[in-house]
Amino acid sequence: MTDDGSTPRSDDPSRRHPEDFMSTDGVNAPVPVAAQATPAVDPRLIIQQEGVAGYLKEFRRRLGSGELGSLPVVLALIVIWAVFGSLNSTFLSAQNLSNLSQQIVGTGMIAIGVVFVLLLGEIDLSVGSVSGLCAAIFAVMNVTHGVNQWVALLAALVGGAIVGLIQGLFFAKVGVPAFVVTLAGNLAWNGLMLQILGANGTVNLSGHDIVSRLYTTIYGQVTAAYGLALAGVVLFLAAALQEANRRRRAGVPYRPLSDIVLRTAVLAVIAFLAAYTLNQYKGLPLALLIFLIFIVVLDFVLRRTSYGRQIFALGGNIEGARRAGINISWIRISVFMIASTMAAVGGLFLAAQIQSASQTSGGGNLLMNCIAAAVIGGTSLFGGRGKTWSALLGALVIGSIQSGMNIEGLSNAIQFMVTGAVLLAAVVIDSLSRRTQKAAGRA
Amino acid sequence: MIGEPVLALRGISKRFGAVQALTDIELEVHQGEVVALVGDNGAGKSTLVKSIAGVNQPDEGVIEWEGKPVTIHRPQDAQQLGIATVYQDLALCDNLDVVGNLFLGREIKRFGVLNEVAMEKRSRTLLNTLSIRIPSVRIPIASLSGGQRQTVAIARSLVGSPKVVILDEPTAALGVEQTAQVLDLVERLREQGLGVILISHNMADVMAVADRIAVLRLGRNNGVFDRRSTSQEEIISAITGATDNAVTRRKARGTEGTE
Repeated sequence: MTDDGSTPRSDDPSRRHPEDFMSTDGVNAPVPVAAQATPAVDPRLIIQQEGVAGYLKEFRRRLGSGELGSLPVVLALIVIWAVFGSLNSTFLSAQNLSNLSQQIVGTGMIAIGVVFVLLLGEIDLSVGSVSGLCAAIFAVMNVTHGVNQWVALLAALVGGAIVGLIQGLFFAKVGVPAFVVTLAGNLAWNGLMLQILGANGTVNLSGHDIVSRLYTTIYGQVTAAYGLALAGVVLFLAAALQEANRRRRAGVPYRPLSDIVLRTAVLAVIAFLAAYTLNQYKGLPLALLIFLIFIVVLDFVLRRTSYGRQIFALGGNIEGARRAGINISWIRISVFMIASTMAAVGGLFLAAQIQSASQTSGGGNLLMNCIAAAVIGGTSLFGGRGKTWSALLGALVIGSIQSGMNIEGLSNAIQFMVTGAVLLAAVVIDSLSRRTQKAAGRA
Repeated sequence: MIGEPVLALRGISKRFGAVQALTDIELEVHQGEVVALVGDNGAGKSTLVKSIAGVNQPDEGVIEWEGKPVTIHRPQDAQQLGIATVYQDLALCDNLDVVGNLFLGREIKRFGVLNEVAMEKRSRTLLNTLSIRIPSVRIPIASLSGGQRQTVAIARSLVGSPKVVILDEPTAALGVEQTAQVLDLVERLREQGLGVILISHNMADVMAVADRIAVLRLGRNNGVFDRRSTSQEEIISAITGATDNAVTRRKARGTEGTE
């Protein structure tokens, strides 16, 4: 049939690149009968009105259908700050809030990794131990053995990645449930950490090494914090405008200008308030800056790269992802490597915070706090929905509770109970919103 | 059908434990031809489709693609050859929007970053030319009706420019208007020179669009009929086994003996 030319074929479809696919021939040639019979836009479609009024209406519709997003956690944060601020004025002081912004970095970094694993609908219970293990690797190499600090830093991060590789292989290739693999890892990596730390048990950091300085460096110049806020706002505005422009030129729906202005204004208020507060005390902490960079970069990876798209696809429908040709094993292994590497990063910040790696590093309620931070921030436990920003919001909530209770002089006992209750509340909200979304056809 | 088939199955057999699911199956699909695959429940239609799509591997037999024997180990192998499959369970990701699903696994990128604008534009063009009505290409699949999901799944199979499209019960969950649209779409694919394997229980659909009708019964070929010279009754009796007679046997041999 191909050689006698009895069937008209313009060219070989399999040779065509997807970019060239939407030509007017082939499958995409107009369907004359149906195209004339049906309007392009479905009349049932709820079209968002332009401007602020339309935005508010859309917002209310989203709430009604259970798309809560970050709203519960923002409300919770406001309530927590209002309560502790009214109990003791030092809570809302620039000093306390500045310290808070540094204290949340360790937990928050680990929580970013947890967000990735939760997006798959899985769980990593080893992140606490891994953070302690990697801090111990750095401290022992750098302090005890005098290895170059950069080499030690790299070794700690690679160590984290290898842990993720091992756990990911057992999960993705052998098929052991992630829950079990990482629970076993939780114990095993803790044991390895104790082994590395040796008989002494505690290794104090020198205070001049790169990890210590990551935490203690604070940019005191007024321009540092304001400059960062300005840069963030300008970049956001530029990206939003450029996106809208590209979409307008391509003839697809785009965000109206009023919407972009509103979003930018909200971001600007938050950013400059934060910068102002930081400048009231010592200035912009390097730890916070690095935390924000990690969030923005990994957010970009999740939302704008095909790798990120594949993670979401796996969290939505594994069978669908497999049939789309996605390498399931590779995505799973790499996500566990990201989680463990982020645990290593977080562990280094936590070690810097107390200037040592000790036998208790990565223990206690760290694991619970990190998972809680990711979930409280709005990442679903059921997979397929979440953002890296939830690590920041969740870590802020947990950090605020701890800080507020410390100021009030409440014991650990009360802190644990309150943090547990907040975590439960977050999961309840997640479950309820998921149910509402199902009813509204959104999940 | 004269000419070389684009896809040919030669003596495919598949066992699951003690069950002989497929025995010595022969099937040919030419360019620009709609082959309906019919059979009762458990006749082996799904198993056969999975063998072609790379989900299962046949125990015996050869799959020929454009005259050359090929092995299809994974779904990706089938996709790379140019075989697109729309499964009955659709396998769409509920949490991704229509654009995300259409281009899943073959995203358009610009400087290594997803080019959402280009993908959205192409999704709209694709859906419009197929006259598929979706409220918006930016709403999650979860918000769509069953029929809308089916049309999205079929549209998705076309994104990779395949040569053979396998549709597993594409009209089973659809209303009258949407069934008509899917059948229009099937004819459209044939006009463009694609081979279509259409699995259906609906004889009206099969008689409306198929060129040839291959009947499976208990995991074996039970006749290949030319649509123009057969009747619905004849096919139904082949499906149910009421006429396993010499005429259908000889007809089956006749159509398969011309390559």
